[in-house]
Amino acid sequence: MSGGQPTLWKVMQDKGYDRRDFLQFCTFAAAAAGLGPDASAEVAKAFEKKARPPVVWLHFQECTCCSESFIRASHPIVADVLLDAISLDYSETLQAAAGHQAEKCKADTMKAYAGKYILLVEGSVPTGEHGVYCTIGGRTAEDLWQEAAAGAAAIVAWGNCASYGCVQAAKPNPTGATPIQKLVGKSVINVPGCPPIADVMVALVTHLLMFGRAPELDAQGRLKEFYSRRVHDTCYRRPYYDAGLFVESFDDEHARKGYCLYKMGCRGPLTYNACLTYNACALTKWNGGTSYPIQSGHGCLGCSENGFWDNGPFYRHLPAFPGFGIESTADSVGLALGAATAVGVAAHAISTNIRKRQVIHDQVAEDVKNTPKSEKVD
Amino acid sequence: MSNRIVIDPVTRIEGHLRIEAVVENGVVTDAFSAGTMVRGIEKILKGRDPRDAWAFTERVCGVCTTVHALASCRSVEDALGIAVPKNAELVRNLMFCAQYVQDHVVHFYHLHALDWVDVVSMLKADPVATSKLAQSLSPWPKSNPGHFAAVQKRLKGFVESGQLGIFANGYWGHKAYKLPPEVNLLAVSHYLDALEWQKEIVKIHAIFGGKNPHPNYLVGGVPCSFNLEELNAINTERLNHVGSLIKDAITFVEQVYIPDLLAIASFYKDWAAIGGGLQNYLAYGDLPTKGYNDPSSFLLPRGAILNRNLNEIHEVSGKDANEIKEYISHSWYQYSGGDGVGLHPFKGETEFNYTGPKPPYDHLNVEGKYSWLKTPRWKDHPMEVGPLSRMLVAYAKGNTDVKELVGVVLKKLDVPITALFSTLGRTAGRGVETQVVAHWMKGFYDDLITNLKNGDTKTFNPVHWEPDTWPATAEGVGMTEAPRGALAHWVSIKDRVIDNYQLVVPSTWNASPRDTKGQRSAYEEALIGTPVANVEQPVEVLRTIHSFDPCLACAVHLYDPDGKQVHQVQFS
Repeated sequence: MSGGQPTLWKVMQDKGYDRRDFLQFCTFAAAAAGLGPDASAEVAKAFEKKARPPVVWLHFQECTCCSESFIRASHPIVADVLLDAISLDYSETLQAAAGHQAEKCKADTMKAYAGKYILLVEGSVPTGEHGVYCTIGGRTAEDLWQEAAAGAAAIVAWGNCASYGCVQAAKPNPTGATPIQKLVGKSVINVPGCPPIADVMVALVTHLLMFGRAPELDAQGRLKEFYSRRVHDTCYRRPYYDAGLFVESFDDEHARKGYCLYKMGCRGPLTYNACLTYNACALTKWNGGTSYPIQSGHGCLGCSENGFWDNGPFYRHLPAFPGFGIESTADSVGLALGAATAVGVAAHAISTNIRKRQVIHDQVAEDVKNTPKSEKVD
Repeated sequence: MSNRIVIDPVTRIEGHLRIEAVVENGVVTDAFSAGTMVRGIEKILKGRDPRDAWAFTERVCGVCTTVHALASCRSVEDALGIAVPKNAELVRNLMFCAQYVQDHVVHFYHLHALDWVDVVSMLKADPVATSKLAQSLSPWPKSNPGHFAAVQKRLKGFVESGQLGIFANGYWGHKAYKLPPEVNLLAVSHYLDALEWQKEIVKIHAIFGGKNPHPNYLVGGVPCSFNLEELNAINTERLNHVGSLIKDAITFVEQVYIPDLLAIASFYKDWAAIGGGLQNYLAYGDLPTKGYNDPSSFLLPRGAILNRNLNEIHEVSGKDANEIKEYISHSWYQYSGGDGVGLHPFKGETEFNYTGPKPPYDHLNVEGKYSWLKTPRWKDHPMEVGPLSRMLVAYAKGNTDVKELVGVVLKKLDVPITALFSTLGRTAGRGVETQVVAHWMKGFYDDLITNLKNGDTKTFNPVHWEPDTWPATAEGVGMTEAPRGALAHWVSIKDRVIDNYQLVVPSTWNASPRDTKGQRSAYEEALIGTPVANVEQPVEVLRTIHSFDPCLACAVHLYDPDGKQVHQVQFS
């Protein structure tokens, strides 16, 4: 307990939430952080003891979609409490102060909490032309980034911009847009996505609050919990893919039945994200479980992947891709299997994926042998 | 006595904006607005598939997400001669309206309100009196004394914790704050309510576009399909969800936003004479009801007003080479034909030419170039764009919904129509627009249901989807209205890829530096005459700047290291 700051539980009491709400929130937080329902008691205990840590949120080359996504967090208590459960001491989007009063907020926090504050970064840092492509208060983004990173206890790269450079780093990257990790010798937690999913963002902040350390990360510095599955692997349209039933044109008969969008350019097979995940304790989709791109009829753009802007054109389907033998000949698969086989397959595909893969594979081999290749791969 | 004040960063906006203002004897006598970040998205678009451009340009702004995607799709459809199906028009209109309502409400409470509302003062409020006041203003159910007491207690605990977070170092107690403690408590309470509500209305984007921010768009229509017999398409359940979100949005706007706006404005009527600035207003218009190519069918009409003369509305064209031009006399670019000329976006050039001080710096050289924004002009006139411009054009064109509501607002505040030409008028105009648009959204929803009922489920026009159906060269303009004002994209397609792509965005119109003739743009002009009681706490400057709802990320410019290409870029 530091300096008499209120705990999260105290904050929630002051907001009018009762013990039951608090425990429900802890259960959700545990689930969102991938801890499973059994961990909720531990989470509750942690929240009762932890004070609000100071947070500095920086903006560089970005479009503010990460901030906008953050405030869409679906759990009402998350949206309400976490904005207050942390002490958001610098946020150009939300803070009351401007100009030098705003800069003072940041300076005071970095001084008083040296080595203890959480640093959240939205946007890439331009290194071209000595940094003149992004200045704040007369200083370059890189200067401000180095200063803030030096004393941070934990650093989070929000979104594809801070993690990989995103759209401004797409070829030819005119301003030298650079991921923040490349410019500092400290570890950075990457939360890619354009934007990242609100509930994933909140789950990370929750984890840092609860345990005072980062969750497990993969080799790219991403949260293992949310970036270890391909969108393709958890897609609810996957059975249609396995059955060879594809949308051939937007709004065609197959689109109206919700068939697989692979041939419309879907990047789900190459994209690690949590746009649709379901397990015993949590369901993740966008905007409070409302939908996700594929559910609404458009293929995945791959927005959580490094360099996805240069992996286009977006509507050209993935060509023969190492490790994706079946996908590379999806045109043929669709023709060969036909609707009659597919209806039955679709109903059982989840449980019989492996067997069907073999069926399709055999069919494809046969088909490729006998049919001139008609698909256009440019 | 003269003071040069610098506000950088300007907070509670999108992007990176710097304001330098000269204050003499407590009044702003000159001002300079600078965009200090650039990304170069137009250069990045060159050589790409024009059907992908919506996704790139949507990332220009995540606050007014969707609007660049819409402008981009329209520019490509205009170039290729594609008309979208009726349902696609209606879905786009629904997404447009949802964006306006969400964005305007968030602007009012989370970006603008703290210029007028003293958070600390609310601690002195009487919750019973606040409740009485709230109930006299609207039937919003969360208006009992217990609710306000709880909010007050919550904030009291927050302040007493010593960690003020986002409220730290505000100008609390500044004499420019005029609201009684009870109104401050009401507003702060609704600040929190609005934060919870805003995430709901954008679910309309998630339903039709898969996510928000940055839902998916599609050249030729919309990506979602309708199938009332199918779980995996937009069906009755999805439509019901949209319908109830619209209903809740209308309730929130009518019972919370508009009553608060009027209550707060009634204490700041002096701001109806401050911050007027330019006398020219421009709107491209939007919300087509008979297709994008028939502007006469737009619910938000197109037109220009000069010298505040509401009796004459000028026609506006995005294609006429003599109308929209961009200047760079004070922008960090150079033109091959000299920096003094103005270029139409189809002929635009963009080459970075940073001549500003080496960072870190204290002041910009405002005699020379001082911003990454170019300076757009309409027939060489500086123009204000945004909700006020749209409402003035609609009012002058006789739109009955707008006329009626403007009349109600003016009457309630007891001010003449000239009060609209001000900081307060800009903020009130945004409120009027929100309410009108929320109701139009319901109308579009009803039209969509009717269309589906009549058996039309089409959402996509495939006729020119395949690049082999395209001509060797084509060019088009996509015009729309972002929440912050007139927005257009210009695309040139050659050999089936983008040859040139340019954006002129609303905050470029409003936040740009002076033009070649030295004429100020909207922000700079509006600040002239603004009182500043304390140069250390220039809350008055923020009021006027925030009344425009700045959005600077869009200040993108086309960059060509070889200096050969004539691209131009920008937006905000």
